[in-house]
Amino acid sequence: MNVETIDERRLREVALTPEEYRVIVEQLKRAPNEVELGMLGVLWSEHCSYKSSKALLRRLPSTGASVVQGPGENAGAVSIGEGWAAVFKIESHNHPSAIEPYQGAATGVGGIIRDVIAMGARPIALLDSLRFGPLPESQRHFDGVVAGIGGYGNCIGIPTVGGEVYFEDCYAQNPLVNAMCVGLVRVDRLMRARAEGTGNSLMLVGADTGRDGIHGASFASLELDESSSERRPAVQVANPFLEKCLLEACMDLAHTTAVVAIQDLGAAGLTSSVAECAAKVPGAGARVDVSRVPLRERGMKPYDVMLSESQERMLVVVERGREAEVESIFASWDLTSAVIGEVTDDGFLTVVDGRREVARLPIDLLTDGVPLRRLVGVAPKPPRSLDIESLTPLVDPGAALMRLLASPNLASRRGVYRRYDHMVGDATVIPPGGDAALLRVKGTRLGIAMTTDCNSRFCHLDPHLGAQLAVAEAARNIVATGARPLAVTDCLNLANPDRPEVYWELEETVAGLAHACRALEIPIVSGNVSLYNDAMGRSPIYPTPVVGMIGVIADYGQRVGAGLRAEGDFVLLVGSSHNDLGGSEYLKVEHGQVAGRPPALDLSLEKAVHRVILSAADSGYLHSAHDCADGGMLVALAESCLLGGIGVRCPGIRAEAQLRLDAAFFGESPSRFVVSVPSRAMPELQSIARRHHVEISLLGLTGGDSIEFEGQFKVSLVDLRQAWEGAVV
Amino acid sequence: MVFPGTWSDRDCGWVIDQVVGAELVYLWHKDADLKGCDCVILPGGFAYGDYLRTGAIARFAPVMEKIGEHADRGGLVWGICNGFQILCEAGLLPGALIRNSSLEYRCQWTNLIVERTDLPFTMKCDEREVIRVPVSHGEGSYFADPSTLSRLEQRGQVVFRYCDPAGKVVPGANPNGSMHNIAGIVNARGNVLGMMPHPERCAEPELGGTDGLKLFRSVTENALKVLVS
Repeated sequence: MNVETIDERRLREVALTPEEYRVIVEQLKRAPNEVELGMLGVLWSEHCSYKSSKALLRRLPSTGASVVQGPGENAGAVSIGEGWAAVFKIESHNHPSAIEPYQGAATGVGGIIRDVIAMGARPIALLDSLRFGPLPESQRHFDGVVAGIGGYGNCIGIPTVGGEVYFEDCYAQNPLVNAMCVGLVRVDRLMRARAEGTGNSLMLVGADTGRDGIHGASFASLELDESSSERRPAVQVANPFLEKCLLEACMDLAHTTAVVAIQDLGAAGLTSSVAECAAKVPGAGARVDVSRVPLRERGMKPYDVMLSESQERMLVVVERGREAEVESIFASWDLTSAVIGEVTDDGFLTVVDGRREVARLPIDLLTDGVPLRRLVGVAPKPPRSLDIESLTPLVDPGAALMRLLASPNLASRRGVYRRYDHMVGDATVIPPGGDAALLRVKGTRLGIAMTTDCNSRFCHLDPHLGAQLAVAEAARNIVATGARPLAVTDCLNLANPDRPEVYWELEETVAGLAHACRALEIPIVSGNVSLYNDAMGRSPIYPTPVVGMIGVIADYGQRVGAGLRAEGDFVLLVGSSHNDLGGSEYLKVEHGQVAGRPPALDLSLEKAVHRVILSAADSGYLHSAHDCADGGMLVALAESCLLGGIGVRCPGIRAEAQLRLDAAFFGESPSRFVVSVPSRAMPELQSIARRHHVEISLLGLTGGDSIEFEGQFKVSLVDLRQAWEGAVV
Repeated sequence: MVFPGTWSDRDCGWVIDQVVGAELVYLWHKDADLKGCDCVILPGGFAYGDYLRTGAIARFAPVMEKIGEHADRGGLVWGICNGFQILCEAGLLPGALIRNSSLEYRCQWTNLIVERTDLPFTMKCDEREVIRVPVSHGEGSYFADPSTLSRLEQRGQVVFRYCDPAGKVVPGANPNGSMHNIAGIVNARGNVLGMMPHPERCAEPELGGTDGLKLFRSVTENALKVLVS
């Protein structure tokens, strides 16, 4: 095979372009053989190489006082105090879940757990950000994905404590499944995946290697098309019990000093994990003998072994001579481990099959040699504008509230999270259903808040602003629990970046994230990009930058819930409201439109509002706090009532010159919270707000079993609950 | 008692060690003896993955024989969730646990009426007290043939039943469709308890309730007495 005769079909199979092939030949000064071509194909895929997004991603802020590990490792890590680090990352498993919803979602969960384990951390929580087409058409995706997440998380014994579920037409062909895992480790025990020490052994542990998932990474880097279901073999099968054993065995590795590094085997399997480990140490290489890899089936070729994406495997770099220590730890969990190679100092990844050399490639060519793609972004024509004056006025806010609470995107997610074990670990002190979940760090008073957020409708209407709003909303969810936002992991889901308007969306999204994270001083320490969510080019998804955020509270006893707590409390709206109906749920549900501009975001005001809430929470004034997001003030108020089982009585709201009635109730102005406080705390709260120049207004008093705005409407909590919990999911 | 796929071991251990302050020993599924434990807890999880049937493989674990002997001597054995499933498979308790009637996993709070308070597991509960305890399982629907069921009822071996907050045993309060709303049963001798709900998840107020603590305190205060008597 040489550059002149290479068959384009063969190149397509490994997802390389003729131009990329030319670079390979140039660098190698020879044509790659079959195995080498396959290895380069997966590592140069978009999924592994980030060749379309790498240049942009450098713009994201990733430093800060609490950052212990930024991007580039299996997961990011931040210090949370008392010697603990929170390790966390989010990752997409969109394409596999589109084809095979149960296994696709389950293996997505399994993969992100291994990323956290590889850092030496014990996983303590999972979150899942999900997007589907409307029901009932997308029932198969929805049921399979939810069951797959539960099937994995419930079995392995890590609580699934949060996430999102959205339904929108654009996800009908291309559902999004983004899984996030949070773990804990002592800062001084944090592991890094560096192949240090020439002569040290590479051990492969966990599952045997089979033919499953070959070319999974390349598959993830193509648009889904009619032939995608033929790629079902590229989707792997999950074995959560095996991963549970792997997890515990890896935790036991802390008892030995023989381990130099741990690396997850994910996309591109052995090829990627060995190359990435070696790439982090200048000059390092590795030698792998495929004949020593424990196999699941007969007749596997070196090509298959190097590219297999069999799940539940880890690579462990072990000090030479101490392999038996590691082997005995895995054996106690009845797990296979095998020395499959060693660290070298020649800068090459050499693959042998017994005595026969089958591949030899420079590490830097594999991990860093792909030519970055220079794509051009062109702004598409602006989305439908919204003439707010043309909207029929809101007549019955109570009836609209009922319809909104019953709408698929606002209805209670209880039907989903009760299928996930969200309590195992005895650490969940704020369970799913509120803003962020909060987990205590046992043995301390520390609490870690965690959430995922993105309003992709806003991102569709204005990707730059939408990305900022996603960061702001995630931060508000953290703040609502009384915790301080600490760091972000992001999952950028977009369509095909070869289209100029999609690349423009990517540019705008990254710029928006960077801007908001800088302004709010929340670094992005890990993340993932999923492109080609395009469904045959016919149905590009909305740009969906899912923001996974964690925060910390020094004493979880000071936490604040979203539900009302006592009768006779004052209910207040913190923050300012404007005529923000663009892109709102109200506009979609009541007027059938996705149009207009998303609400404007003032990041310094956002920060000031956070300070008000946190300072009130620290002083113990808040009985509840809930972020105003989708559905606006009235939906937030109703949720607080339903979560607390207490009603509220409010004076009627009249339209004002600056604020329409529909916007007052259902507008989605950011930087707002609905809070409840005991009457004695009112003066203090007012003075805190004044100090930070934040507007607060009295909505009403808690009590009774209905929501009443005098002279306007009154709806019972029983009816509201039925609408809210009786809907779709 | 720790099988490789057990996950409530550390939660039970936390409650015993940190909340109750009793002596805690972890037993490994390959252990040949019970290391002098007074009460053996089989916690929740998926012992060996449970791909075949819950508890179907665990009953063959080497340690299970010792647990059977411990029970024969009158020692306390307490199966929670997967532990209950294993005790049924091992024949230490009658009946079986089948898939929830919803065919879905359920993780939620339930109310339980305590029908026996003369047991070493429940002595700290009041007569017919309603306690709040979470469940978390996919296969927790108690099933037994009619004669076993009536024998259980006649002998008062049903310890916990799903009920509403007022203590009424109604179908709506049952998270899994179990027969007679059964949530937990005891053997005839009263020393082997199996229950689907997780008392170790409600032993501290920050987790939403402390009713589970009553069971742990009952056991730690009574385990020795039972063995002596």
